[in-house]
Amino acid sequence: MIQEDIVRHGISRLMGLVPTLLMLITIAFFLIRVAPGGPFDSEKPLPPEIRANLDAKYHLDEPLIQQYFRYLGQILVLDFGPSYQYKDWTVNELIARGFPVSLTIGALAMVLAFVLGTLIGITAALRQNSWVDYGAMGFAMLGMSIPNFVIAPALILLLAVNAGWLPAGGWDWSIQRMVLPVITLALPVIAYIARLTRGSMIEVLHSNYIRTARSKGLPKRIVIGRHALKPALLPVISYMGPATAGLITGSVIVEQIYSIPGIGSYFVQGALNRDYTLVMGVVIFYGVIIIVLNFIVDMLYAWLNPRIRYDEGR
Amino acid sequence: MRGLFRFSQVLSTDVAADDPFAAALAQEPIKGRSLWADAWHRVLRNRAAVTSGIVMLVMVMLVIFGPMLSEWSGDYTDWDHTSSPPNLETGHWFGTDAVGRDIFVRTLQGGRISLLVGVVATLVSLVIGVSYGAIAGYYGGTTDRLMMRAVDIIYALPFMFFVILLMVVFGRHILLIFVAIGAVNWLDMARIVRGQTLGLKNTEYVEAARACGVGHWAIIRRHIVPNLIGVVIVYVTLTIPQVILVESFLSFLGLGVQEPMSSWGALVNDGAQDMESAPWTLAFPAAFLTITLYCFNYIGDGLRDALDPKDKS
Amino acid sequence: MAVSCGGEGDGPEGGRSSRPQPVEEVLLDGRPIPSVLADEQVLIRGNGEEPQTLDPHLAEGVPSGHILRDLFEGLTTEAPDGRIIPGAASRWNISGDGLTYTFYLRRDGAWSNGDALTAEDFVFSIRRSADPVTASNYGNMLYPIASAREVLSGELPTDALGVTSLDRFTLQITLTDPTPYFLNLLAHPSLYPVHRASLEAHGRRFSRPGNLVSNGAYMLEEWAIRSHIGLVKNPNYHGVDDVILERVRYLPIEDQSTELKTFRAGEMHWTYEVPNNQFKWLRENYPDELVVSPWLGSYFFGFNLLREPFIDSPDLRRALVLAIDRDVLTDKVTQFGELPSYNLVPPGVTDYEPAIPDYASWTQEEREAEARRLYALAGYSAEKPLRVEIRYNTSENHKKVALAIASMWKQVLGAIATLVNEEWKVFLQNRDQQVVTQVFRAGWIGDYNDPHTFLSLFHSDHGLNDYGYSNSTVDTLLQEISSERIPGRRQRMMQETERIIIEDDPILLVYTYVTRRLVDSRVRGWQDNVMDHHYSRGMYILKARSASSGRAKPADEGGE
Repeated sequence: MIQEDIVRHGISRLMGLVPTLLMLITIAFFLIRVAPGGPFDSEKPLPPEIRANLDAKYHLDEPLIQQYFRYLGQILVLDFGPSYQYKDWTVNELIARGFPVSLTIGALAMVLAFVLGTLIGITAALRQNSWVDYGAMGFAMLGMSIPNFVIAPALILLLAVNAGWLPAGGWDWSIQRMVLPVITLALPVIAYIARLTRGSMIEVLHSNYIRTARSKGLPKRIVIGRHALKPALLPVISYMGPATAGLITGSVIVEQIYSIPGIGSYFVQGALNRDYTLVMGVVIFYGVIIIVLNFIVDMLYAWLNPRIRYDEGR
Repeated sequence: MRGLFRFSQVLSTDVAADDPFAAALAQEPIKGRSLWADAWHRVLRNRAAVTSGIVMLVMVMLVIFGPMLSEWSGDYTDWDHTSSPPNLETGHWFGTDAVGRDIFVRTLQGGRISLLVGVVATLVSLVIGVSYGAIAGYYGGTTDRLMMRAVDIIYALPFMFFVILLMVVFGRHILLIFVAIGAVNWLDMARIVRGQTLGLKNTEYVEAARACGVGHWAIIRRHIVPNLIGVVIVYVTLTIPQVILVESFLSFLGLGVQEPMSSWGALVNDGAQDMESAPWTLAFPAAFLTITLYCFNYIGDGLRDALDPKDKS
Repeated sequence: MAVSCGGEGDGPEGGRSSRPQPVEEVLLDGRPIPSVLADEQVLIRGNGEEPQTLDPHLAEGVPSGHILRDLFEGLTTEAPDGRIIPGAASRWNISGDGLTYTFYLRRDGAWSNGDALTAEDFVFSIRRSADPVTASNYGNMLYPIASAREVLSGELPTDALGVTSLDRFTLQITLTDPTPYFLNLLAHPSLYPVHRASLEAHGRRFSRPGNLVSNGAYMLEEWAIRSHIGLVKNPNYHGVDDVILERVRYLPIEDQSTELKTFRAGEMHWTYEVPNNQFKWLRENYPDELVVSPWLGSYFFGFNLLREPFIDSPDLRRALVLAIDRDVLTDKVTQFGELPSYNLVPPGVTDYEPAIPDYASWTQEEREAEARRLYALAGYSAEKPLRVEIRYNTSENHKKVALAIASMWKQVLGAIATLVNEEWKVFLQNRDQQVVTQVFRAGWIGDYNDPHTFLSLFHSDHGLNDYGYSNSTVDTLLQEISSERIPGRRQRMMQETERIIIEDDPILLVYTYVTRRLVDSRVRGWQDNVMDHHYSRGMYILKARSASSGRAKPADEGGE
């Protein structure tokens, strides 16, 4: 019964993907052009004739609607166009080169955060209000109480400059260069997940059916592992979708401070440079990932929480 | 709910061991405790929460009245003492920054802004998010699908891009920062509330209420929302610090509050650049920021623990 | 893979400069003898940010300039001290009227793929640079060339340009006006040659490693966008025997603090800049590595003369100019040894005496008294203070200076200045449109070593004249300067122009730029020069003084 519901729900969600994407593209397209300034504004001014040429070359002189449809046509063949800022590269190339980097540190950070976060949260919940609880949570919360643009330089100072154990930044796919960025990225998420886990675990542990299970004399491990864990992790699963997408597509701060060539800073730099194509490309890319991840999370959530029915108007 | 009420009444009755009935009759009328009073007592027993509460009160006092204690103002540039360490003689108790402004006053004034941003933006996201999520979760079906589809779309716009654009198009007014952050944060709240509502909607007592003919709004108000409070409160106390951090992130990008106003985020960002050469520019604002965030979190934890109706501890 | 040069004495207090020290430098005929050179000759340079492009005709900004100077060579180039020396051309003739330049190219000039470098290459390249389709931002560098303006605006086809090849290795360029600094212009990337065949074969991808054919001391080996750009010695370069550095690696690290830490960890030899607030700390901890030197750039704020309160307000503007204590500003605020400045053209320009106003030699008290007098004359007082906005683009340094200026205006005059920090594009657009600006951050780094690059900004038609400044005398003088052949007379006219501009107060001059960076003490073969052009081809890395066993290997190795 549940499987059918889930599958039906899944298919309808998948079909909704297209209009969602379309709306996303449209909103982003027009929104970014509202901002004052354009890609060709620079301190060395262009003579008006040359400016006119450039605009023509990039079709910026066409009416906005026409540009929009032209862009849609390009998207259909997955051509995101040339970057306005990085003139020698296309947006496809930039994303193709940047994304694997962001994905790697993002995924590693997510795994680290999930494992450590849930461990800390569960431990704290099981020993609620004890010193273990306070200590573990206190430590975990450092991650969301100190901004990462303080943690990152501090780590570099301690571990790279003073101790010399790790490199100061940069990227060459070596483990050494992944350590600090992954840790920095993971810290706030560890904190968040730990709190979420702890909170929800405590609620679950006090719920009726857990108390029933305990009163039946079931060993604690089974109670926790088999009965409490799944519902306790529900809010965490909910959170994982957006959190993972955010991590994967890169953290602007981490990439900037550690000098990592991911796609995180393309958002910000793209907007600030009015690199329309790059921003659109990254926005769409990010949008697809988020939509897919949300979808997976929804499915997971439904599978884990039997109380949700997909009423089609019930 | 009513069952719970009676249960706690029983608990709080002082029953004499030998003649329970007589003893009970002889008692004064039992003053029952509402859920909220219960909760309040529980909070008071949570040492971390109480300490944090007191610290926050002190913090708010400091932030409002503290700058008056110092002889310096936040925008006076003391050229003779640029980038100087804390010094009791000069009155620069926390030292000065690179242009000679007093860090003590700047930190406290920055606190005003940070706290303001945290609270207001969270309120904005709370109001929008809870209403939206509750409605979507309660009505379910097509309404829910459409509403959550809208959330998906907005969610798919990368937050930073959206805020930057807003900043850029409308200028960097502080009101805009409230609105921009709040307007993006409500999405998380809405999803969570909607999820919880979906779950609550199908519980027995809600179904019972519906069977009795109780109206939709009444159900939402009396049965759904109070049960959401626990989740919402935890979420709010997780959001305020998050918002404060987001503002600091905006400052990192140069899009936060405008000079000469400052926020803890902006101060910490400036300080982080010079953490070795002028550590006081980082230490004090960072300490205030960290302590505040910790406090909010402990208070939130305490509230959540206290409000959990199933928690007997 | 870099290893930190941590060692004894480099404990948690950090900052002690325990960097490897170089051996004694021994030169023979001006070049170092092999035994003093490090085994690995790979230079790692910080480069600020990812270059927009490696197409020399489209490149803009300092980071791409550094890389292009290593990849390509123009007809002329620069010696380490900044002098113009022969580049791709071994010698040249200038006609008596100064309008015709004949260049004789080196016979052994070659591209990195072995093709000969001919005059036709230059004809093609300069035409391409002037072609409106190319849309180069540096069209103004070509203006002196005959018909360049018309070609750039599309009125004439590119072959009308005054550039022809007389034979395979002889190039002739005709100018509209005698331009004494023309040889300087030829060392600029917009006049570099590009390899026609690669351009035609690869289109926009011609600048990729493997495709890019260059004629300079280095070739493009690697380009990992936003990670690093790697150059390798060009075996076909005519001066290859004198090039010691085998490889150069550019790291586009944007964060100043991270760049500093990378340098301190021994992973970089040459930084792009240093963090703004740490001059004292750097001077104490890295005295041998900190290099501060004058730069051909003037830092100033502009007044929008088309809007209140600056319409027809010479007294007010002079008051605002005088109220600033530039010594305090450079000493206490920016702190890097910038030179306080009261005039437009920075010192160090060859053969030019700047026009310095008289108030430059007053005391600050005198200036402030006069400022207050003029402020009152302009109709302002404590009851009716001036309210004005200072706009600047997001940057630590601009923020500090703007704060200082606002503070000084308040303390001396009682004027109330609000700071408006805008992001770059918005800032540029606002400045250009002149609708909202009042006081705004400006400044100029010279494109070539001649006062003209600064003075021409104030022509009423100049694209960057965001001040709305229009003085017909200045316009006329600028015109005459262009066609003046006699150096002495030209100098005097330029001084007069500068004097008038300063007298009119369209801007508030603050200081002359300096470059500041950290350079590993083992790197040699470079000199301070006012254009801040440092060509890798002349540099080399000295061996480190013998390291005791057990210490980490000195970081003079490059990465992958």
